[in-house]
Amino acid sequence: MTEQAIADRDIADALCEQVRSAYDARTPLRIVGGDTRAFYGRPVEGQALQMAEHSGIVSYDPVELVVTVRAGTRLSALQAELAEHHQMLAFEPPMFGAASTVGGAVATGLSGPRRPWAGAARDFVLGTRIITQEGKLLRFGGEVMKNVAGYDLSRLMAGAQGTLGVLADISFKVLPIPTATHSLRLSLELGEALNKLAELGRKPLPITAAAWHHGELLLRLEGGKSSVNATQERLGGEPLDAGFWRELRDHRHAFFTCSEGQALWRLSLPPNSPPLALDIPETDIFYDWAGSQRWVKTALDADTLRDACQSVGGHATCYTPHAQGGAAEPFTPLNAVVEKYHRNLKAELDVHGIFNPGRLYAAF
Amino acid sequence: MNILFDERLDGELVQRDKSEVLTDLQQAVPDMTLLYREEDLRPFECDGLAAYRVLPMLVAMPDKLEQVQALLKRCHALGVPVVTRGAGTGLSGGALPLERGVLLVMSRFAQIIKVDPDARLARVQPGVRNLAISEAAAPYGLYYAPDPSSQIACSIGGNVAENAGGVHCLKYGLTVHNVMRVDVLTIAGEHMTLGAESLDTPGFDLLALINGSEGMLGVITEITVKLLPKPETAKVLMASFDDVEKAGRAVGDIIAAGIIPGGLEMMDKLAIKAAEDFVNAGYPLDAEAILLCELDGVEADVDDDCDTVRRVLEKAGATQIQQARDDAERAKFWAGRKNAFPAVGRMSPDYYCMDGTIPRRELPRVLKGIAALSEESGLAVANVFHAGDGNMHPLILFDANQEGQLGLAEEVGGKILELCVAAGGSITGEHGVGREKINQMCSQFQPHEISIFHALKAAFDPQRLLNPGKNIPTLARCAEFGAMHVHNNELPHPELPRF
Repeated sequence: MTEQAIADRDIADALCEQVRSAYDARTPLRIVGGDTRAFYGRPVEGQALQMAEHSGIVSYDPVELVVTVRAGTRLSALQAELAEHHQMLAFEPPMFGAASTVGGAVATGLSGPRRPWAGAARDFVLGTRIITQEGKLLRFGGEVMKNVAGYDLSRLMAGAQGTLGVLADISFKVLPIPTATHSLRLSLELGEALNKLAELGRKPLPITAAAWHHGELLLRLEGGKSSVNATQERLGGEPLDAGFWRELRDHRHAFFTCSEGQALWRLSLPPNSPPLALDIPETDIFYDWAGSQRWVKTALDADTLRDACQSVGGHATCYTPHAQGGAAEPFTPLNAVVEKYHRNLKAELDVHGIFNPGRLYAAF
Repeated sequence: MNILFDERLDGELVQRDKSEVLTDLQQAVPDMTLLYREEDLRPFECDGLAAYRVLPMLVAMPDKLEQVQALLKRCHALGVPVVTRGAGTGLSGGALPLERGVLLVMSRFAQIIKVDPDARLARVQPGVRNLAISEAAAPYGLYYAPDPSSQIACSIGGNVAENAGGVHCLKYGLTVHNVMRVDVLTIAGEHMTLGAESLDTPGFDLLALINGSEGMLGVITEITVKLLPKPETAKVLMASFDDVEKAGRAVGDIIAAGIIPGGLEMMDKLAIKAAEDFVNAGYPLDAEAILLCELDGVEADVDDDCDTVRRVLEKAGATQIQQARDDAERAKFWAGRKNAFPAVGRMSPDYYCMDGTIPRRELPRVLKGIAALSEESGLAVANVFHAGDGNMHPLILFDANQEGQLGLAEEVGGKILELCVAAGGSITGEHGVGREKINQMCSQFQPHEISIFHALKAAFDPQRLLNPGKNIPTLARCAEFGAMHVHNNELPHPELPRF
């Protein structure tokens, strides 16, 4: 991947100023990085707060395993810089376009195929600088691995989709790129594949991705050369191009094209959940995260999907809320008590509702 | 002493007559154990930070969730503060009682509800001991990764409340990385489930927020943790150095070689001597510092990594490198490290354990600063260090029976934490702020940041009834004690009185 040099621009002062004005005038803001994730969540009406100009690596010390970047930095540029030092963002953030930014990746909190083994976006956030409703730039967390001083506001911001404040800078824990990798495919029926995954999951094997689709169990092994080779020999199967995982991560795989009337849903389920009793052909389901994350193309309505997920302790998110057949409420509604505390938090941190209002739920 | 609750600085508490509260709670929760006699309250006057002691007004020991709920509802209605306590092993005074508050002891909730080997999850009550989870998971080849030194005694509810760490955090994370779901009761007695057995939940990540919130946002009633397959093998290398700085650099070199050790610990000469005298771990007494490097995983990889680390250590100037020959020797190497605190405790009538974190590159500078503080104060300091993740545990040796020494130890401790903050680190890596580091919070955070913490607290507990006086200082306290940050020569909150 060839990358241009990362522009080094700190426009935090101007961003703070715009937030202050919005606070005073009670103007809703739509926080925009690369605008590649606007499809995710409810539409936001508001003045654009453009983050893309706020870019650059503030500090990076590979030996410390920590990088601090401005939120508008392109994800691809950061990853290229880390790769130069044989390091990576271990949560494999999806990229839905070249303009995809680091801030957007953390705000949406999405993680790629490695998530069940390595952790989610929030697990790698060590600290942030946040622009508050009053336009103040404040620092939470830090650039150290362990830090339990004060509440963990940085992790709360991951996945809050900009509804509680603006992410200005983010410090990540980074990890070395594994020395060896091998991906493989095994012909297995769904039931056999799920049993096999449960069995493999209890063993200390170097598995870092596991998907099932169309009669094939797809696995990625990563780690030291010796263990990857030994596991490869043990599991057998046909080799799989490593690019498959990027296609899956970024939804560029052919599966993610919906037919007319179908919406794309993400089902997030407890590990080892059986196939759900839903009227969906097997070809329209893609199992990722060893079965904990299932992509579904369907015309079934939101309640039917959500009830099925909730019955096993999971939830369903509509990835195409703006398409025909999509759900107006992309995220599963919260129960009354949890929602009350969401509203309280929003009221404390964004009293006038200026930060991405309605992006998660209509009420806040 | 400023460490005990001071209404002038920490906020007013509702004044209630003890017998009135006792009668009220006895009626509201008739079947719950409620201690009120001084001799019954005495064992609960402190947690693991024994230097600070306060007799609580009452101690509640529920054994049913309905009792916890009823108790919280009553305390909420009466405006009586509630301090939650687990096993009481915390080192920062997070469970230090309040004279005017109820101490809610959760230790009777000690059931392991379920171990699910296929989902690799364990559902447990908050009073379950940390190590008991790994013991229950062991028959399935699984374990619970975070292992604070107190793991034989500390309970998982407290681990979540403090976001506890241990010696394997660099590779396996803190408590927050290993908890899937937490059930809480709010101060109003409402039940909430945060997180899930699935890998994410809709809405805000309140699960991340509750980890490390030190009992300030809710009372934890149930926890689901992630279990990991036990590594096939673990091997330990011990390297000696004739210079602390060289040892510090070797830590960075190991990481730079692309290796994330399961554990990477460093001890200085005084800590080595203490540990060796105590458990005969086989530590070299002539070394200025030792590194313990544990590599775990699949046998073949571990062997490769051991070779790499050995080469790195040689190049970094290690004077001696030993690899534990078997599990027994490995356990012996670790015994010295895991017993470092009690070992130092044998050398001195009292010791005060600090918990700062720093970027690893700052280690030589901070160690020099600590040495200078030690010399200046005349108090010896032994250094034990989770080197892999930059978490220092300087142990300040003192004698509380000597006039002024406790105060001096606290002062040295405070200055060490300020060194950590100045180096870009934190005042606490895993022990929590509690009551102990309440003043140092003012040097780590600006008043505006502290105000945001207050806003978070207000979202959950606007009356500030859960564990008041812990974790987050008031701005009045910072104005009086803290090294308040002054930016652009502009004093924040000029309206606050400075005592």
